[in-house]
Amino acid sequence: MDDPIVLVEDLHKHYGRTHALRGLDLAIRAGSVCGLLGPNGAGKTTAVRVLATLAQPDAGRATVAGHDVVREADAVRRRIGLAGQHAAVDEKLTGRDNLRMFGRLCHLPRAAARSRADELLERFALTEAADRVVATYSGGMRRRLDVIASLIVAPAVLFLDEPTTGLDPRSRNEIWDCMRELVADGTTVLLTTQYLDEADQLADQIVVVDHGRAIASGTPDELKATIGDRLDVVLADPAALRPAGHLLAGVTGSEPTTSPPDRISVPIARGSVSLAGVVRGLDDAGIAVADVAVRRPTLDEVFLRLTERPAGQRLEAVR
Amino acid sequence: MTTRLRWAFADGLTLVGREVGHLRRAPGQLVGSLIFPALLVLMFGYVFGSAIAVPGGGNYREYLMPGLFVMVTVTGVMATTMVVATDAGRGVLDRFKAMPVARSAVPLGWTGADILIGLFSTFTMVVCGLIVGWRPHNGVAATLAAFGLLTLMRYALSWAGVFLGLVVRDEETADRIMPLVFPVTMVSNTFVPTEGMPAWLRTLSEWNPVSALVAACRQLFGNPRPAGTDLAWPLAHPIPATLLWSVVLLVIFVPLAVRAYRRKSR
Repeated sequence: MDDPIVLVEDLHKHYGRTHALRGLDLAIRAGSVCGLLGPNGAGKTTAVRVLATLAQPDAGRATVAGHDVVREADAVRRRIGLAGQHAAVDEKLTGRDNLRMFGRLCHLPRAAARSRADELLERFALTEAADRVVATYSGGMRRRLDVIASLIVAPAVLFLDEPTTGLDPRSRNEIWDCMRELVADGTTVLLTTQYLDEADQLADQIVVVDHGRAIASGTPDELKATIGDRLDVVLADPAALRPAGHLLAGVTGSEPTTSPPDRISVPIARGSVSLAGVVRGLDDAGIAVADVAVRRPTLDEVFLRLTERPAGQRLEAVR
Repeated sequence: MTTRLRWAFADGLTLVGREVGHLRRAPGQLVGSLIFPALLVLMFGYVFGSAIAVPGGGNYREYLMPGLFVMVTVTGVMATTMVVATDAGRGVLDRFKAMPVARSAVPLGWTGADILIGLFSTFTMVVCGLIVGWRPHNGVAATLAAFGLLTLMRYALSWAGVFLGLVVRDEETADRIMPLVFPVTMVSNTFVPTEGMPAWLRTLSEWNPVSALVAACRQLFGNPRPAGTDLAWPLAHPIPATLLWSVVLLVIFVPLAVRAYRRKSR
């Protein structure tokens, strides 16, 4: 990767006895969307807070747009936007007043702050509500204003901490549209989310975080490929379960899981097995099938596999 | 360094403008802040005042008004605490901190805005006072000096408010601790002379910074004030005492507030 715009190396942070980050590594390419994905308490928000200069790391190093987040915090602040869970707008002001105020605080001259506010309101369809007090906004509108407020100075990197948590599907789509537009402009986005479909839809690169560490990273497709595809066969005759299992083990070279009465599932590496070959083989052996399919795993499966907890494993064992 | 200072000042002004925006968008609050002083004058001037005699004679409402000026000044600390706690609790503060806003600008903005609000509520109280017969008697300079002392003390206290707001960090807690300000204003010479209090309470009252300010105002306005010889030092020399108390409050709370603001990085 050439010159990542966000670079995190071995970052540690603890609050009292809680280790929020234990050696997080991260590299984000300029102009991409990186989805930071992880269960609650994985350290996603802490990572964003350190990168946005709101929290000091205990150890390790992070740079944003080439500036160290600790030593050059002011330079970082000039290049970033932050929205989501931990950023907010003033509810007692109108949307327009909020944007003008943030513009002034970003040291835009008065006239520039005004025109920038109007421009953003126009572009993100908030002009109609612009002169209403934010307290009267819907949840989706407020979140949109929150995101817009972080765009005043056209940040090089935008941090969105769970921007759609708690929103209805329509508001969520609005935020997604808003993000796609930003990315089209070339803004780098670091998005934390618990929603896999959100990461799947928007992110070029997904980093799965658990226990304060990055445990996997790649494009959504690459991550799905790490646990491979599965070949699912449903037999027409349950009696053929055993011979069919042997046959499939032979063809694919891996151990099939049989789920009586009539289902067999085999993990396969991508492109290693031709569906036609499998069907022919079963046909030659005189085994009739009701259904054969190669199935890509969902990001949910990847996520669950990667973040499996001991408690979850115990549960499996009991079952 | 000078550019930094200039930005800190400019950012502070922007944040003062924000508070003005609040008042403009919520005129209901303005009405509320007009009614409160009127009610105080009514309650203390006429209800309690009808039963309280000023030692050495004099009109109780003339005696009372400096106390009420001080009361609205001191209770102003609650407004600042509330604003700060709300900003901290709702994440507005995080946004400020992730922007290239000068670190000192945000506390300067809060406390600067409070001066404006203080002038406004004092003005309201003055109008109420004039209506019920209170008058300053010592000329323009002394009168302005009294309002200067009130403003200074309010400013010092608003830093205490910033510190408190940053410590509690949520508006509900702030709301619960607020009534604690009232005893501070009551255990003093605000409403009744200290001479009749039990000895320990009298000592507490006379050394209460509130009392020094009230006495200073009475002196500067030429309103009735007890001139006993056995008064504690702050009441015998209320003007230097008030200046001293203000400086002490500033010296304590400015660093505490700034430190709490910086440390709020969680």
